[in-house]
Amino acid sequence: MSAAPLIAVNNVTVTYPNGHTAISDISFDLRAGTICGLVGVNGSGKSTLFKAIMGFVRPARGGIRLDGMDVRQALKSNLVAYVPQSEEVDWNFPVLVEDVVMMGRYGHMNMLRIPSAEDRRKVDEALARVGMSEYRKRQIGELSGGQKKRVFLARALAQEGKIILLDEPFTGVDVKTEAAIIDLMRQLRDEGCLMLVSTHNLGSVPDFCDEVVLINRILLAAGPMQTTFTEGNLARAFGGMLRHIRLEGGALHDDADPRRVTVITDDERPLVFYGQSEEQKIVAGNGAKEGRGEK
Amino acid sequence: MIELLLEPFSYDYMLRAIWVSALVGGACAFLSSYLMLKGWSLMGDALAHAVVPGVALAYLLSLPYAAGAFAAGILAALGMTFIRQQTKLREDTVIGLVFTTFFALGLLIVSINPTAVNVQTIILGNILAISDSDVVQVVIITVVSLGLLILKWKDLMVVFFDEGHARSIGLPVTGLKILFFTLLSACTVAALQTVGACLVIAMVVTPGATAYLLTDRFGRLVILSVTISVVTCALGAYISYFLDGATGGVIVTLHTLAFLAAFLAAPRHGLLAARRRTRLNAAAGGQG
Ligand SMILES: Nc1ncnc2c1ncn2[C@@H]1O[C@H](COP(=O)(O)OP(=O)(O)OP(=O)(O)O)[C@@H](O)[C@H]1O
Ligand SMILES: [Mg+2]
Repeated sequence: MSAAPLIAVNNVTVTYPNGHTAISDISFDLRAGTICGLVGVNGSGKSTLFKAIMGFVRPARGGIRLDGMDVRQALKSNLVAYVPQSEEVDWNFPVLVEDVVMMGRYGHMNMLRIPSAEDRRKVDEALARVGMSEYRKRQIGELSGGQKKRVFLARALAQEGKIILLDEPFTGVDVKTEAAIIDLMRQLRDEGCLMLVSTHNLGSVPDFCDEVVLINRILLAAGPMQTTFTEGNLARAFGGMLRHIRLEGGALHDDADPRRVTVITDDERPLVFYGQSEEQKIVAGNGAKEGRGEK
Repeated sequence: MIELLLEPFSYDYMLRAIWVSALVGGACAFLSSYLMLKGWSLMGDALAHAVVPGVALAYLLSLPYAAGAFAAGILAALGMTFIRQQTKLREDTVIGLVFTTFFALGLLIVSINPTAVNVQTIILGNILAISDSDVVQVVIITVVSLGLLILKWKDLMVVFFDEGHARSIGLPVTGLKILFFTLLSACTVAALQTVGACLVIAMVVTPGATAYLLTDRFGRLVILSVTISVVTCALGAYISYFLDGATGGVIVTLHTLAFLAAFLAAPRHGLLAARRRTRLNAAAGGQG
């Protein structure tokens, strides 16, 4: 696509008031119709990058432009929707599921935030799309972990932002809900949204991401899935923090086949590479469904 | 009997005490709906004590007391924010530290310069003897506050519920927070006159807490909280006629009674409802 990037991060450095520089010199561009994984260890600056994109923290150096606008303008024009980490939400707050989703529409309403028929319709649609219509009158604390996630996804849908930021959407979510969330993200991608998803869950990254950004305080790599999400880059991103299991030679083959299987896992879904050392392919992000390189 | 009950209404000062209390109660209750959700309830108490030196100085310099109180309140709030940012001390510690400092300073000023201001009026409130100019100040404060809250209640709700989302829809989060604390300081000052510094906390905590037990929707919570508070404050002022002057005490006692009633009998979150549900479940479990 030749359109201007929806997210353009340019040499961004963020320093917190305590003097800690959480990220430095990060640059990448992302375009519409993309799901991008933001991958890095704890404390690598994923949430910080989100905060910078949302204007929570001001970069000490560099700049961020969203669809060609500066962050403030972009937020004013409802370009960005944010799906928070579960820990950030006050689940005892007296709001019903439908109230939360309606909050997604506030940016489209007048000053008094009185919902129109259109706003109500969008809320109904969003709830139906995430399969939460029957829970609309529940107080948000009275939901399961996966349902809670879906409420905030519905809010992002109702908001109709072209950029959706999701902070760790898969923590505390079972495989079925994870699949449902991924399915929804794919639909949104096809509708031209850009999603930036921070995650630890390495195994599922190749499942749903088209691009990845690997960070650890600095940018390690950014680009299309197949060329960027490589064993070498991951080793740099995670250092010694992952389990590395390598099967090759006699353990794998009974001939002189030089190909090998590498399993990388952070104790969740394993990421499996197969092939000759430098050109291994990802085979089991998605449960080896595609079955490339099967023996 | 009826004559006795109607007697308070034949005095101007009683009528005034009743409607002024109701107005103050309404504004404070609106704010309490937000405060208690953030665990910031003690902020109300802190501000009420912190404004004392401002009031004392204002009387000394014969400025409107609201101006002095307000300046002191803002100063205290800024002080707390500053210490919070610069140290790792917990919120309650910082609040305690700052408000006692201000309160002590206030007492000091009053004791060195025994002016027109009666310390007891600030600490215990005296709505029955409120002066005309004070009534004007209280009315301006509460009406402006209520007006702004009605305009901005949904925006404030989003800011309190989910700051990230508030930002993502382009709300001026910092501005709204400043607005909220400004209104809180202003209404605390207004409440000083009615119930006094010691009991202001009840005005900005209890009605919200009562309403929280009665509903799961924020909009209704605000309406309930304001209604309950308007009724209890008016009633409290009225009853205090018969008890000779302990207006603040009566009002807060009524607030507490309302809370206890909700605590016992609230349809979903009350004690009785919970018992009933347990019993029903047990019965259903026994059969199935
Ligand atoms: N408010 C803050 N003040 C000072 N330092 C902070 C603040 N927030 C985060 N940091 C520091 O910045 C670094 C990056 O934090 P960040 O929250 O962005 O990490 P993350 O990649 O989201 O980690 P996780 O995977 O654990 O969510 C960390 O070293 C953290 O200690
Ligand atoms: Mg994080």
